[in-house]
Amino acid sequence: MLTLAEISLGQTSKVLAVDGPRAFRRRLLEMGLVPGTAVRVVTIAPLGDPLQIEVRGGQWSIRRAEAAQIQVEAAR
Amino acid sequence: MSDAHCEPGAASIIRSNARPQIVLAGNPNVGKTTLFNALTGSSAKVSNYPGITVDRRTGELPLPAGIADLTDLPGTYSLNARSAEEQIALDALVGLDGDPVPDVVVVCLDATQVARSAYLLAQIQELGARCVVALTMVDEAERGASAADTAAPDAAKLAALLGCEVVAVTARTKRGLKELTVAIDRALRKDRASVWRWTPSADLQAHLDAVREALPAAWRTETRHGIASPSADDALALWVLTCIEPRTGTDDDELDVPAELRAAATVRTVARGVDDEAVLGRWSWLDREIPKLIRRKVDRSRTERIDRILLHRGVGFLAFLGVMAVVFMSLFWWSSPVIDLIDQAFKEAGAQLHGILGDGIFTDFLVGGVIGGVGSVLVFLPQILLLFLFLGFLEDCGYLARVAYLMDRIMRTMNLHGRAFVPMLSGFACAVPAILATRTMERRRDRILTMMVVPLMTCSARLPVYTLIIGALIPGSRITQGLLMVGMYVFSVLTALIAAWVMSKTVKQLKAKRLPFLIELPPYRWPRWRDVMRMMWSKSSVFLREAGTVILGCSIALWALLYFPRDLPAGSPDYDALIERAPTADAKQALDDERQALHLASSYGGRLGHAIEPAIAPLGFDWKIGVGIIGAFAAREVFISTLGIVYAVGGDADEASEPLRTALRDARRTDGSRAYTPLVGFSLMIFFALACQCMSTLAVVKRETGGYSWPLFLFAYMTILAWIVSFVVYQGGRLLGFA
Repeated sequence: MLTLAEISLGQTSKVLAVDGPRAFRRRLLEMGLVPGTAVRVVTIAPLGDPLQIEVRGGQWSIRRAEAAQIQVEAAR
Repeated sequence: MSDAHCEPGAASIIRSNARPQIVLAGNPNVGKTTLFNALTGSSAKVSNYPGITVDRRTGELPLPAGIADLTDLPGTYSLNARSAEEQIALDALVGLDGDPVPDVVVVCLDATQVARSAYLLAQIQELGARCVVALTMVDEAERGASAADTAAPDAAKLAALLGCEVVAVTARTKRGLKELTVAIDRALRKDRASVWRWTPSADLQAHLDAVREALPAAWRTETRHGIASPSADDALALWVLTCIEPRTGTDDDELDVPAELRAAATVRTVARGVDDEAVLGRWSWLDREIPKLIRRKVDRSRTERIDRILLHRGVGFLAFLGVMAVVFMSLFWWSSPVIDLIDQAFKEAGAQLHGILGDGIFTDFLVGGVIGGVGSVLVFLPQILLLFLFLGFLEDCGYLARVAYLMDRIMRTMNLHGRAFVPMLSGFACAVPAILATRTMERRRDRILTMMVVPLMTCSARLPVYTLIIGALIPGSRITQGLLMVGMYVFSVLTALIAAWVMSKTVKQLKAKRLPFLIELPPYRWPRWRDVMRMMWSKSSVFLREAGTVILGCSIALWALLYFPRDLPAGSPDYDALIERAPTADAKQALDDERQALHLASSYGGRLGHAIEPAIAPLGFDWKIGVGIIGAFAAREVFISTLGIVYAVGGDADEASEPLRTALRDARRTDGSRAYTPLVGFSLMIFFALACQCMSTLAVVKRETGGYSWPLFLFAYMTILAWIVSFVVYQGGRLLGFA
């Protein structure tokens, strides 16, 4: 299973599902990380973590461990 | 107020002579504060939400029909909440927990990210609020193109879709502000309507029905709006159903919900199903409708170009170090001329007053207690103003979020927020502005954890104490002495980081939450100086008003403690006569110093120093150091002048004073041994590094946490830690033969 944490820099992928504890998961969903949404990894922080991602025209910092809860598929 | 507000069914009918209540809601970083400032002008006031230290900003909004009250909500992406401070948004939008029911809610929609900001609007509309949309960031949506080729949606089409008026505003050019107030005025006269963009399944509806029935009277629309609306009540029931989870004892929500409602919600442990249905329901509507209105993608290339430099592995880190160096230097060095000036001015004012009033207890009270106390408050102002100038600028231009991004990896290992970096760095200058700077973190848990460790950083007031001790007591070349000073800085950083880690593992309120650490990295923007200045001023005035009064009170109390009683103990020499007969000015001065020393020793503070001697003796300290420690409560550097008085070399002694250094080296215990060995000096430095010897820090923590428990905890843990480590250093050193 591919997760957002494994997507390489600059690549766009599509959200399949979000895992994790309830409150954690709900917050990601409310930010718009719902299945079908396009996500792009914009930069990786100099120390390797967190990641800067682009979702729905906005950019966010997300930790690798959290990105690993987001299942994605590579978008064509 | 116009008659038009008093229509049947309108909430305003209940308080027909009260001003209309308008609430401003929206995501963070959508220009909400700028809009608030532009709408309310100079009438804005900052206060606190009861029980929680989140700024509550209110102001007057002139509407065509009269003045309304405008409240600026904390920026939020959704109404769902886990903590009491996240619940503020719901309470204010619905009118719970003492908040008035808002007559109109103005929702800021970001023209460059319509769908995301419309999610919040969808939630607010379900609750049955009268909404008006302020479409912000329109100028940004037009960037790189003509007005005709804007990325912003058409206001009229958006209004038709959302079912409420939409006004495009640009606060900096005042475009659309007038139209917005007219739209608010019109909305006041409309009926409330609860609008849902999705239909709950039969299962979910059954849950909603059950929870709705359990809503207490104060939560029902019948009470709040004066007219019952089942679907608006459903929306509140849905909020309860999604936010309330069964209590497990760890990582529970901190929401303020009536017990019967909590019980009704927890019986329905529906968990994920509800969340998915509601959240995906709203998003699928937004994803279907909003793209039809968006003409083109927003141009974010400028921000991406800047990020490629500022977040770069090498260059980005250098830039980061540069920015932080400027912040640090300004606090540490640039502010000191102004601080010295304030110090001098208050000394001068005291001397002048002394000259006018002559000797006497009242004069001493005014000069030593009041003027000294006011001086000790104002002396913080230069650093606070400077720090908030930088913070306001960095926050508004978007870099502060990047600081958190860059530092997260390091700060996280100690369970600290990435944004705790700037307050901790500022702690090297002074803990007081540093604690005020924790406000840049949204979560209370992150703020308090940072506040608990910032006072461990080597602040500038510890520096003279270390200089005196190292200079007077630690033998060795300048290089070893310099290395020891560097060692004290490293020690403070390590203890702060370790303390943060330990507390985040052991103190229940400070444990890390299972919430995603998502930080928005907003586009780079030029800050508006007016907003930065306004924030700088409001933070400073809150400090003066709330922390300043506590600091002043403590200063006066401390002054009295070291001043009274005025009578010297029986059997003391008659100093007045002795000074009269003394042959030289130096001899007169020496006698006066001696009298001062005797006064201090017999004062209440001096007696307290004696009383605590058994407690500090195992650390190698005698009662004289005890008096110094008590005096140091006013500010750590006061330790030096207090010791100056105790050792009869005068209260104007500073860390470089040779008479004081000699006095310390020559001081003997009753058994004739040296009172200050290098080991005692070492133990004393450790004590000063770890103990919370600063009433101003405690006053600011009290103000920022809204109660006495956190400052008491801070004082207790730091004092105990200081005692234990000093004990280990001193007694361990003796065992190893360093006495």
